[in-house]
Amino acid sequence: MTIKEIQEEIIEDFELFDDWEGKYEYIIDLGKSLPKMSDEFKTEDNVIKGCQSLVWLNAYTEGDKVYFQADSEAIIVKGLVSMLLKVLSGHKADEILNADLYFIEKVGLAGHLAQTRSNGLASMVKQMKMYALAYTSQELKI
Amino acid sequence: MLVGTLNNRKEALNTLNIDNIRAEFPILDQDINGKKLVYFDNAATTQKPQVVIDAISNYYTGYNSNIHRGVHHLAEKATSAFELSRKTIKEFINAESTEEIIFTYGTTDGINLVAQTYGRSFLKAGDEIIISTMEHHSNIVPWQMLCEEKGCVLKVIPINDEGDILFDEYKKLLSEKTKIVSVVYASNALGTVNPIAEIIEEAHKVGAVTLVDAAQAMSHIDIDVQALDIDFLCFSAHKLYGPTGMGALYGKKELLNKMPPWRGGGEMIKEVTFEKTTYNELPYKFEAGTPNIADVIGITAAIDYVNKLGKKNIADYENELLEYATERFEAISGLKIIGRAKVKVSVLSFVIDGIHPQDIGVLLDQQGIAIRTGHHCTQPLMQRLDLVGTSRASFAVYNTKGEIDRMVEGIEKAKRFLL
Ligand SMILES: Cc1ncc(COP(=O)(O)O)c(C=O)c1O
Repeated sequence: MTIKEIQEEIIEDFELFDDWEGKYEYIIDLGKSLPKMSDEFKTEDNVIKGCQSLVWLNAYTEGDKVYFQADSEAIIVKGLVSMLLKVLSGHKADEILNADLYFIEKVGLAGHLAQTRSNGLASMVKQMKMYALAYTSQELKI
Repeated sequence: MLVGTLNNRKEALNTLNIDNIRAEFPILDQDINGKKLVYFDNAATTQKPQVVIDAISNYYTGYNSNIHRGVHHLAEKATSAFELSRKTIKEFINAESTEEIIFTYGTTDGINLVAQTYGRSFLKAGDEIIISTMEHHSNIVPWQMLCEEKGCVLKVIPINDEGDILFDEYKKLLSEKTKIVSVVYASNALGTVNPIAEIIEEAHKVGAVTLVDAAQAMSHIDIDVQALDIDFLCFSAHKLYGPTGMGALYGKKELLNKMPPWRGGGEMIKEVTFEKTTYNELPYKFEAGTPNIADVIGITAAIDYVNKLGKKNIADYENELLEYATERFEAISGLKIIGRAKVKVSVLSFVIDGIHPQDIGVLLDQQGIAIRTGHHCTQPLMQRLDLVGTSRASFAVYNTKGEIDRMVEGIEKAKRFLL
């Protein structure tokens, strides 16, 4: 699926909920089911700045695809991060770089997210794009 | 009692009518996420009563003008309203003279002023500055910067697990090398009220100068700077039902007179030639540039408001809320209250087993309840307590037991989601 298609799927999922409780239950479940990140990746370098709770992000490539792993101490953040992974992980670097992430706004989370948390999410997206950028320039060099 | 000499001061009410008080805070009457707002983040900033909002807006609509230099009617009116705030603060904390009241951007700015003027002028390598484990970053970083520059040494008073400072340890830290003791009066993260009189007394025995961070204390505790023999005291108006970005530094006149000015510019000078500048008298020596006139004027309204209610009445009511909340929170399984000091202001910090404080904050917000989560700008304190942070509810005079009940329900609901 393309990044756009995955976003559409998430938006559809969220349309099932008409109150915050359903949405948050869903996000918390996502958070709980995100695989734990192994401690070796929980390094100072992998910490995302701008998050109120600690968030770690790690990236690696397989073939021409970029994959992300992430973790957080706070479960709601972890759920949100897990959605970002679902959308961006496993795509080509240039697709990630050019992705327009509109689903956060669309599922009505932007309004529900306090400033610090949306900043955290923004930093997270920025960092993912930075990784993608690093990989595209590596490709260019080859 | 300090009330009485200025206009518009009424006798303190004996019992507070909280419904009437709430009606004076327009912001409280709104829904957040479909629920009536419960605002429990008062240690971060309090809401403003209509009289404060009006005072600021009246200035802009009626007599906006620059102060001190103008000869026209508006300038005179603005100048007297501005200087009335100085007098109001002087009386509120019982300073000896209005010259001892310097307007600042707030607590942080006041502490920096003292570190950058008094500290830079009178401290030298090897001198020691004492702070406590529970300081806000505002009362840590300015001293660290000074220590770095001058080669001074920062010493920290330890605390016990309840959140009380270890007074005997404090006494051991004191010596003739101690030049400044800078301690928070009431902790924003734990609620602890420190034994400030005794701390000052001991500091003075070794000849050290004292600074009191009264950011949290100002709205809850009666402060008499002369009776306490405080050398410097800083506070922010916004935690006292007043405007943001505005506060004052109190300093003993003899100390302020010795200190060099800090920021240079207009107002702080007597005469300027390209060869030499002579500085203005106190307090103007420390007030360079056009100040935030509207918000300074807002302080009078805020202090008048607090005086009208009576600080003791406010404190009694807030203590009642704190006790009630403490009792109700203790009954929540897995919840642990952080900060069990003997004397506290109305700050209730807590953690819940297996739940990150931020998750509690987010789910309470969904239910219209505003609290604070995180390290509360006291990271060293969190490290000492081995916590990533806490959730914190802090109460003001307009809060109610019904709101505390809603928070308890909200926490139970959040727990069902998260565990
Ligand atoms: C104890 C304490 N000190 C200092 C400050 C800083 O106040 P301001 O940001 O108004 O300068 C605060 C504010 O949270 C505080 O609680």
